[in-house]
Amino acid sequence: MRGVSLEVRDARKKLGSVPALDGLSTSFESGFLHGVIGPDGAGKTTLLRHLIGLLHLDSGAIRFLAEGREIPFDELRPFLGYMPQRQSLYADLTVSEHLDFFRDLHRVPAPAYREKRARLLHMTRLEAFQDRRAGHLSGGMYKKLGLMCALLSSPEVLFLDEPTNGVDPISRREFWELLHDLSSETLVVMTTAYMDEAERCGRVHLLDRGRFLASGEPRQLLEREGVPDFDALFRRLSKFGDTILISPSVK
Amino acid sequence: MVSPNLPNFPAVEVERLTVRFGDFTAVDDISFSVSRGEIFGFLGANGAGKTTTIRALCGLLVPTEGRIVVAGSSDVRTIKGRVGYMSQRFTLYDDLTAEENVLFAGRLRRMEDRRIRERFRELADFAGFHSPPNTLVRDLPAGIKQKLALSVCLLHDPSVIFLDEPTAGVAPDAREAFWELIRRATSAGKTVFVTTHYMDEAERCGRVALMRDGRIIALDSPEGLKRAAFPEPFFELTAPAEAPEDWPARVRAVPGVHSLSPHGLRYHLAAAAGARWEDALPAGTIRKAVPPSLEDVFLRLVEGPS
Repeated sequence: MRGVSLEVRDARKKLGSVPALDGLSTSFESGFLHGVIGPDGAGKTTLLRHLIGLLHLDSGAIRFLAEGREIPFDELRPFLGYMPQRQSLYADLTVSEHLDFFRDLHRVPAPAYREKRARLLHMTRLEAFQDRRAGHLSGGMYKKLGLMCALLSSPEVLFLDEPTNGVDPISRREFWELLHDLSSETLVVMTTAYMDEAERCGRVHLLDRGRFLASGEPRQLLEREGVPDFDALFRRLSKFGDTILISPSVK
Repeated sequence: MVSPNLPNFPAVEVERLTVRFGDFTAVDDISFSVSRGEIFGFLGANGAGKTTTIRALCGLLVPTEGRIVVAGSSDVRTIKGRVGYMSQRFTLYDDLTAEENVLFAGRLRRMEDRRIRERFRELADFAGFHSPPNTLVRDLPAGIKQKLALSVCLLHDPSVIFLDEPTAGVAPDAREAFWELIRRATSAGKTVFVTTHYMDEAERCGRVALMRDGRIIALDSPEGLKRAAFPEPFFELTAPAEAPEDWPARVRAVPGVHSLSPHGLRYHLAAAAGARWEDALPAGTIRKAVPPSLEDVFLRLVEGPS
């Protein structure tokens, strides 16, 4: 299954009395690194939980498309990777033990695993830390271990919830380079509260209070509104509350 | 805000502070001082020793070696009474109301309820916290939560405030408002010690210390750090959208180019005067001499040779 895209149409969800998703529409086309960007409480995690099938919409639709047809979620499920925001690794297992554990969980065959493991450790520059326990990793290394575990099953669609939160500028930079390399062959959707990271995405989806303020190519969004950065764009659009959609330019 | 009538001592003095955990040295022989009313920024990679230093300065952790004086005292008990500490995640209880959180924090400080309420009225006014006191903290937006957290941290009128990533996950306008509060607190005589991963916030500090592997590798004003890290000419480059993908590699290969790194949609270039990098740029690239950002400084100093 190659070239998976994702469409969200008028998605609504109430959590208690709060409209966590308040009529969201956008599309995540394959071949791009997509950033869902917004402050805490905007609805980023709730949206991701719907996209991976953990929650169900009150109304609206989420559709996965590939090879010119709609793919039923159950068919797509084995091809999804997810890295949650909360610390979800095992503090007392080493890097190496984590990889073995997720190999078993995803039933990765032995020869594929050996090759994959070497490639992931090389890519994340964690080769020298294989015997370190997750509880003793720095913030940046911990997130990279989470990414490796999510990538072991070779997903076609990868969802990452705030992978760069609390990570220092150098590790953030490395993480972005990793995601860029991945996005050429995998649909990558990640969330972040750092507005400055919007400029590093192929496509930006600016989220505020359960609604998208803007979706599109970062440079075009800034030029169209005549603002210098995404802090300014967010401030302006959050005040007026209308949505700007810029359809993707041909790559 | 009540301005404390304290004598004019340095807010923080650290002499050869070392903290070891087993055979791991988290903080390795650091010395610095912070004056009263200063906004002091503390930057470093994850695991560099920032939080350990803060915990030692708050009296939460006994140093292995060295001497610290915080708010005029070296006595751990006295220090605890004179500092406020707002950690990144665990400052407020989500399942208590705003008022319950305030009362809880005040009673831990052995303040009388009447005094706590009186102080909180002043602080809510100062911080612009206008939500009903019976709101559960988990129902507050991130920006409002941080205002409440700051009010709670100021309840006992500390003279030195430690803020550990206070604005992570906060919307841009709320982040702006929070920094205005920090500025007002310092002009009222408070000293603010802040860590952040937002480099635009580090720009607002009077001085910034950069930590790596338990040591302070640079300490100066933001401008001073930039001058020291980048004595050579520095430019911002905006390549046209249709530029070939390998152009950065070609520019990096030019003799005399020290670094070319992506900065959002643009690139930052540091090169020796006279280096012929302009010949390697794609047609239509806009070049502009700019000061480096603190992120550039961070990348050069933290990644650079020891």
